[in-house]
Amino acid sequence: MTEASANFDEMYTDDRSVRPAYKGYCQWHDQQDPNWLKRKHGEAESNFRKTGITFNVYGEDEAEERLIPFDMVPRIIGANEWRKLTRGIEQRVSALNAFMYDLYHRQEIIRAGRVPARLFQNNEAWLQQMVGFTPPGGVYTHIVGIDLVRTGPNDWFVLEDNARTPSGVSYMLENRETMMAMFPELFSQVQVEPVARYPRRLAKSLAACAPQGVKGKPTVAVLTPGIYNSAYFEHAFLADQMGAELVEGSDLRVVDGYVQMRTTRGYERLDVIYRRVDDEYLDPLTFSPDSVLGIPGIMDVYRAGNVTIANAPGTGVCDDKAVYSFMPEIVEFYTGEKPLLPNVQTWRCADDDSLAYVLDNLEELVVKEVHGSGGYGMLIGPTSSKKEIAEFRKKLSANPANYIAQPTLALSTTPIFTKKGLAPRHVDLRPFVLVSPDGIDITPGGLTRVALKKDSLVVNSSQGGGTKDTWVLKD
Amino acid sequence: MLGRTANGLFWMFRYLERAENTARLLDAGLRMALTRDHTKAEEEWRSVIKTSGQQQAFEAKYDNYDGSNAWNFILRDKDNPANVLSAFEQVRTNARLVRNAISSEVWEAINESWMTLKDDLSRPVAQGNLGKVVGHVRRAGMQVHGAMAGSMLRDAGFHFARAGTFVERGDSIARILDIKYYLLLPSLSYVGSSLDTGQWDNVLRSVSGDRAYRWLNAGQIDARGIVEFLVLDDRFPRSLAYCHSALRENLAALARIHHAEGECNGLMREADMRMSETTIDAIFEMGLHDFLIQFINSNTAISAAIAEDYRFTR
Repeated sequence: MTEASANFDEMYTDDRSVRPAYKGYCQWHDQQDPNWLKRKHGEAESNFRKTGITFNVYGEDEAEERLIPFDMVPRIIGANEWRKLTRGIEQRVSALNAFMYDLYHRQEIIRAGRVPARLFQNNEAWLQQMVGFTPPGGVYTHIVGIDLVRTGPNDWFVLEDNARTPSGVSYMLENRETMMAMFPELFSQVQVEPVARYPRRLAKSLAACAPQGVKGKPTVAVLTPGIYNSAYFEHAFLADQMGAELVEGSDLRVVDGYVQMRTTRGYERLDVIYRRVDDEYLDPLTFSPDSVLGIPGIMDVYRAGNVTIANAPGTGVCDDKAVYSFMPEIVEFYTGEKPLLPNVQTWRCADDDSLAYVLDNLEELVVKEVHGSGGYGMLIGPTSSKKEIAEFRKKLSANPANYIAQPTLALSTTPIFTKKGLAPRHVDLRPFVLVSPDGIDITPGGLTRVALKKDSLVVNSSQGGGTKDTWVLKD
Repeated sequence: MLGRTANGLFWMFRYLERAENTARLLDAGLRMALTRDHTKAEEEWRSVIKTSGQQQAFEAKYDNYDGSNAWNFILRDKDNPANVLSAFEQVRTNARLVRNAISSEVWEAINESWMTLKDDLSRPVAQGNLGKVVGHVRRAGMQVHGAMAGSMLRDAGFHFARAGTFVERGDSIARILDIKYYLLLPSLSYVGSSLDTGQWDNVLRSVSGDRAYRWLNAGQIDARGIVEFLVLDDRFPRSLAYCHSALRENLAALARIHHAEGECNGLMREADMRMSETTIDAIFEMGLHDFLIQFINSNTAISAAIAEDYRFTR
């Protein structure tokens, strides 16, 4: 590697020897002609362009389609390490689901005084319509993305829970396809757990949550806001891979108490909707009267138990960073165990003591909006100017409950391919988790996002991040 | 299949056919213009613009029919709503819309062609590049149709796509013939008289029928022969008769798949009857223009009935 990493590097130890998980890969890498690798690097991009794996950037020209940069050095996780992570993820996801159920039923956790009532009272994603209702199969969060970061050999933390509509799984799948097409011999030298089964598992998992009384194979559809949505490619991709319909709100209508789609034969019943639209665009009768994206009356059908919506409306509650800050308590309350995967230390600015601390240490901290996502509306103290910090201080003081703060983490690095050779860059990891009455299924690996700029900590694709193929080694 | 998806497939292939037909027209125009003197060349470009249906828009922008203005207008000018680039953009947008109803081979054929054309047409096309660009448009059509033939399930989606192809092809051939015919034959008394064979050759070339026609007619070029070939000869895949019989088959397949005939099948039968009962003499007796207008109208009615029968938009 041409540069040394200041933080924990997942490939190299401090004395520059290769860590065990990366041995097989490095052996292969060192045998390759650097010029050939450079050519391959260009090939990867044209392959993505050709297949049309693009995303649209918010706020830009509608027709603008971008590629998420792909780095061809895989991020590798050993079998044992992964087993430990899966236990932690499973524990957290079951707790999330139990928490959702409780929150919309008896609220035992609040009665027990373990979390404050403001967690739902002040939560924009809270849905009164879900109170007392149990979704088919008792599942709230059918598809979850748990964002993990690492700071040392055994130090993994949960950075964020994505329980509403986590995206990015198509990149996990296409990154692997691309790697296998470019370097077939690599996969015969290193034994890697496959990821390609994900769409089948997703289809099965969704079908297992079909409403009661559906005869035969349930009809499943992916509901997309349409081709101008930033993740449209993924919606079409998943529908295609699952053999499901890809529908927009305008295709659907409530007829005779069921959600039905307009087919060339007339209206036909839909049983399970994997929705990739936000709650407020689901039903203009219930939520947002101005919405043209929704299906009038769908919430009545849902509450009558005649359609499954995945993820359940109202699950966005868990994406709130104030809820995140209580996850250790939540995990313990529902599983009776200590959390296997810790949170990143978090100061809730709603508390006066914490706020005082945060205001005193803005230069050192990362401050996030509780409802924010995609890396927008946050402050990264160490890389911000005095002026930016001063402006943020005003926003924070005006509405402290809207923010949480975390220390600036010494995120682990893995090498990326550059023209000058391998160079360390910061990464995170989003494993994808499926929940159904049959259990919890975690695809080995997930999506690794990487900050391509040197020393940058921002891995979001909307802000210059890229992705990598993520390998979990076979035993 | 969703009605919206059927609509997307139908229009994706209409636009593909439209882009391709426009490119053929341009190709024939360029060839004509090259073999003429300056004034005649301008006339030729006027004819090309007129045939493409954009005379008004062109004349609003330009005072004369300069070749470079004409082909760039047809290929990429934003003042021409029917330019080839935007037709192809419609192909791709519709393909994105129906992404899970087409094979990845078809999608990649479209996406790659789109990238090539977008690059070709990102700047004005010089004369030296015109042949290459037109070639890319035609190759795009061939690649997409080839990918369709080799990789698509023969279900409803396939037949909606093919129906779009033949509705558009019939419409566009009829329009080309109608306009060319008027340019060449100011009055019906000209029928059968000796004509500039270069111009007639050009009509055939506009629909890529010159080789096939010569093969079948051993070099005998006259208005009657050409009209018979382009209208009634169902061996030629761009003749009106061929488009009709292909469309009829696709609509019959759709009726089988849906276990029900729609209004479009009835209209198709009537149109088919008219086509099979007519002769070249009857067409000239009726007047070619009237015949073509009748064809275009019934083609349009069939297209509208398909959209209605299969709930494209409601």
